[in-house]
Amino acid sequence: MHGFPGRLFVFEGLDGSGKSTQAALLGKWLQSRGYRVFFTEWNSSELTSEVIRRGKKKNLLTPTTFSLLHATDFADRFERKILPPLRAGYVVVCDRYTYTAFVRDAARGCDPAWVRNIYSFAPRPDQVFYFRVPVAVTLKRKIASRLKINYYEAGMDLGLSDELHESYERFQSRLKREYDRISRTDQFVVIDSQRPVESIQADLRGHVEPVLKDFPTGARLLHDD
Amino acid sequence: MTTRTYGTPLPGYSPDTPSTGRLIVIEGADGSGRSTEVELLKQWLEVEGHAVVDTGLRRSGLVAEEIDRAKQGHTLGATTMALLYAVDFADQLENKIIPALSAGSTVLADRYIYTLMARAVVRGASREWARRLYGFALAPDLVVFLEARPEILLHRAISKYGSLDYWESGMDLSLSRDLFESFFLYQDRLSKEFEWVAADYGFHRVDANRNPEQVHADVRALVAPLYGRAGAPRPPRRPAVSRPGPRAASG
Repeated sequence: MHGFPGRLFVFEGLDGSGKSTQAALLGKWLQSRGYRVFFTEWNSSELTSEVIRRGKKKNLLTPTTFSLLHATDFADRFERKILPPLRAGYVVVCDRYTYTAFVRDAARGCDPAWVRNIYSFAPRPDQVFYFRVPVAVTLKRKIASRLKINYYEAGMDLGLSDELHESYERFQSRLKREYDRISRTDQFVVIDSQRPVESIQADLRGHVEPVLKDFPTGARLLHDD
Repeated sequence: MTTRTYGTPLPGYSPDTPSTGRLIVIEGADGSGRSTEVELLKQWLEVEGHAVVDTGLRRSGLVAEEIDRAKQGHTLGATTMALLYAVDFADQLENKIIPALSAGSTVLADRYIYTLMARAVVRGASREWARRLYGFALAPDLVVFLEARPEILLHRAISKYGSLDYWESGMDLSLSRDLFESFFLYQDRLSKEFEWVAADYGFHRVDANRNPEQVHADVRALVAPLYGRAGAPRPPRRPAVSRPGPRAASG
């Protein structure tokens, strides 16, 4: 375990796997139970988002710089946003964590051991929920909600196919294979994300409860304001 | 010549790509006379007929601006800063250094991964982490380490800028509130880190307490053999497959 006073829950899975919805619901529930909850998403730091945008626009990122930029971004978010609440005894809920980098960078051909080393400053979460879903389902959801598929999300930089949807399916399949593989080595809690929202949420709460059983409730005793 | 990497090469980079270019690195603290030496060396090599591309830290088109801004604000954590520098280095390696070497140019690097590793370790990173982070870097044909005493560094900094630099004094480490004291404490820690780096990565030490001409004469003597000129005969071409990393990689 990480040894910090707080607790760390991580949600991982492909885009469109429903993990963000579930993470938000879990956060709400924890708050309603009196826990101090801190919520964070992948790729939300101001520092590198501009660089990543610029690099993506000009397509000048290579697998290595792409990987290092995301690591920088994660480190900034970690040092600034994840570590402080973890040390202060919060329940930290992360919509994507280091595992997102592991699968994406592996799919782009970076050496997995190299990537793991870079992220070795990040503590192991108390629990990782992996939202497993067929790639075809995520694509259908994307199309149904009229969301645009972006260049890197489709792995277009890898030259898998000239056609966006085709490339998206192939790249996301690579990510899924990698997620499936590390879900065993890293002991993820695998969630079948094709089930109804309510039943998935009920399962999640069941998984989280034992982890919080011995959680010092000091944070709950503090009064807001 | 320069084809070997310390660890796993960059994705898509083949270590047996033939290259006639040479990678020469000049390392040393601020005030050790690096930029003067790079200038002199470049001049000499160009007069000798070699195409020279110079490079250094914080010169990538990708993130140089962000690093400068971060340094102004003093707000980034140590790991974040170390990784931001790694982006800068990787971008230059892929978009500048490797292409220049493939084209047969000499790349003259004013600092390289070693400074970045030492700085990261002084700020709390483990040596192993830093070493593996930069495993994709090309092993230079020659690393010249300009060594100068802290008093000399201090003197040169003051005569050049009139004051000490916040970062070169390691003020972010809170070693001391006093800039001068912090400078000495920081340089001391850095040089300790450079000790293992120098040993592991085969630095050629040059006494930089002397004047630029004397230093340059020593550096020339180290560089000349790379071009099969004076001194030792041209070394045989390195094997295509990467050798085991730095000598103490097992440690």
